[in-house]
Amino acid sequence: MKKFLFFLLLLTAPLVAGSVVAAPVGDNFADPAMEARARNLQRQLRCLVCQGESIDESRASLAAELRHVVRQQMADGRSDRQIEDYLTGRYGNFILMKPPLEADTYFLWAAPFLVLILAGGVAIFVISKARKAVASTEL
Amino acid sequence: MIGELGQLALCFALALSLVMAAAGLTGARPNELNNGAATARGIAHGAAMGMLVFVALAFGTLTYAFVTSDFSIAVVANNSHTLKPLIYKITGVWGNHEGSMLLWVLVLSLYAGLVSALGRGGERLTSAALGVQGLLAAAFLLFILFTSNPFLRLDPAPFEGAGLNPLLQDPGLAIHPPMLYAGYVGLSASFSYAAAALIVGEEGWARAARPFMLIAWIALTCGIALGSWWAYYELGWGGFWFWDPVENASLMPWLVATALLHSALATEKSGAFRTWTLLLAIAGFSMSLIGTFLVRSGVLSSVHAFATDPTRGFFIMVLIVCAIGGALGLFAWRAPTLKGGAAFDTVSRETMLLLNNVFLVAVCASVFVGTLYPLALDAYDGAKISVGPPYYAATFAPIFFALLLLVPLGPRLNWRRGDLKAALRALIPAAAIAVIAGLAVLMIATPRFLTGVCAFAVAGWLIGASAVDLIRRKGARSTAFAAALAHAGLGVTLMGVAGTTLWRSEALAVMGPGDIMHVGPYTLRFDGVTQEQGPNYRASRAHIALMDGARVQTTMTPEQRIYPAEGQDMADTAIRTTGLQDLYLALGDDRGQGHWTVRAYVSPLAPFIWLGGLVMAMGGMLSLWRRLRVRAPVPAAAPQPAE
Repeated sequence: MKKFLFFLLLLTAPLVAGSVVAAPVGDNFADPAMEARARNLQRQLRCLVCQGESIDESRASLAAELRHVVRQQMADGRSDRQIEDYLTGRYGNFILMKPPLEADTYFLWAAPFLVLILAGGVAIFVISKARKAVASTEL
Repeated sequence: MIGELGQLALCFALALSLVMAAAGLTGARPNELNNGAATARGIAHGAAMGMLVFVALAFGTLTYAFVTSDFSIAVVANNSHTLKPLIYKITGVWGNHEGSMLLWVLVLSLYAGLVSALGRGGERLTSAALGVQGLLAAAFLLFILFTSNPFLRLDPAPFEGAGLNPLLQDPGLAIHPPMLYAGYVGLSASFSYAAAALIVGEEGWARAARPFMLIAWIALTCGIALGSWWAYYELGWGGFWFWDPVENASLMPWLVATALLHSALATEKSGAFRTWTLLLAIAGFSMSLIGTFLVRSGVLSSVHAFATDPTRGFFIMVLIVCAIGGALGLFAWRAPTLKGGAAFDTVSRETMLLLNNVFLVAVCASVFVGTLYPLALDAYDGAKISVGPPYYAATFAPIFFALLLLVPLGPRLNWRRGDLKAALRALIPAAAIAVIAGLAVLMIATPRFLTGVCAFAVAGWLIGASAVDLIRRKGARSTAFAAALAHAGLGVTLMGVAGTTLWRSEALAVMGPGDIMHVGPYTLRFDGVTQEQGPNYRASRAHIALMDGARVQTTMTPEQRIYPAEGQDMADTAIRTTGLQDLYLALGDDRGQGHWTVRAYVSPLAPFIWLGGLVMAMGGMLSLWRRLRVRAPVPAAAPQPAE
């Protein structure tokens, strides 16, 4: 009996998986501008159970569900911002591909530019020293 | 028997690496202070060759076990299968944690052998470099023997192996890891030379280490390009770079190695930035080690990460702390004794190389922080964030763009004092090409993107400057050619990246027999799916006709494969390229009654991404070839009398 149930499960599994992944194809907006907006928004949202994939790319069923949520909310006339807020409310900032600028992430956003400024400062110092050295050898 | 032979070879290699370390460091002392120094040098050279032989023997043994499917060895049983094609039996050797660490040590030993055979510079410098290389080899051999022994037995031996992750069963992946390791580990030679220079206090190290810097950089460039190409055709999403932590782990050493190549040039030619170049050489290999730690410790999990064993992570962390800490300690102690301070003007080659380093360090910081910050934040207060492509688009891209703008100027300025006006005048044709490229994109490409116009203008600027260089300086020194090629490669890659990211068109549809799909300029007809049997997989192969009016131009066959031994399925894409544009098809899910989801992408200029990498690598090879042709730094010979 157990074996039979397992066999049934195996048989139905592809159907279940298939019908969920169907979402992006079934949901497509007729309006190309809306569709482009949806795709863009999907690329900004992370598939929570995958390795660094956005929900736009992922084949996971969670990603398909999230795509469905995004498109449903868009159809209800919500803005990108409202949809993102709704999703971060439920799943936290982890779902955003672009980390928000908050107290937690000030350093993350500033670091590359801080390093640029710091290294630039050191470079100016080195160049001015090298210039003086040129001047002194030419005396 | 064969497994024990490999084990024994590893133990001999460990002993020899310790001999090499001790003898090499003894040989670093001057002859007048140590009578045995000259003998010690000879021993260090011999030990380097001996270690190479024994590590190669161990590696050969493991390869033999894979080829003959000796499932009494645990690694083989867990990662191979009798039905696997021969090539994937061989690549399976490094498709797992233990084997890949053995490959790592093999490459490390190869570089030790190369340092011994090709070693330029003074004998004390070479000896000290061998000593440091021996210490590194010993550390990694200990790591293998104690935490990741590839020769552990299984009793009883299973009848069949568990197979290899199908994602890794691919010709691209056959050469990708060895290439990447040649780069990663190649930076160990620069590291060893830098440490040796600090120990011995010799200044000619930048020249002695340059061939190794070049080899490592070329290998890293090819390895990254291969990895990106693999991700493109294998993962089935048409993307070529995902800012995945594992990809970042390979990008960081490349950025530092690029900075090192430029800084070391200044050190060699004009004696500038001595201490900074040493620091970069240490940083380059440190990035490789950190990358290894990130990938191997299981801190990150991804396709590339085989190990998720905390003891290994701990061991690697101790190893990193000792290597980096030791080198930095040595640096802090000895660097102040080096002569510093070069003399050059604000407008000079040196200034440009310095700016190159400023920007490269900043973009490297962007990748470093972007990769590690989420881990640090999670450990600190449990907050989880994602750092995805938009972060790098906002930080990495603008800084790298600024760097690219300056690239053509550098080679046009003289050492010590350059003539800015003359340089700019010489670049007028390049500027014209840049404007034409930008305008052409503005007119041809739709939709219009400002970033796209800028990208093509900069690409025109880079390629134009290199072309002008190649034409004007005909017959001049080939180092200028090498730089021109590498810089042109950057422009080529930039075009590919911009074309693919901005102007890619795509279509996604459920298709049944006879259905038509339009994507970009192409019309596709779905002709159904057949079942095929591969050597170790079953495939559902779609037949999709590329139409030219009513005529079938060609048929493309993307597949969905199932690997029963591994219990996994994956997509095999079909790509048709014109050289200027890729048509890319991937087969999705079976929707019943002969209907399947099909994804199609048209990626303009996609091949340029990897072509540019190849051009860059060719620039590196040209420079390397020139370096190796000149045997020793002999004083300029008298001109040959005319015949």
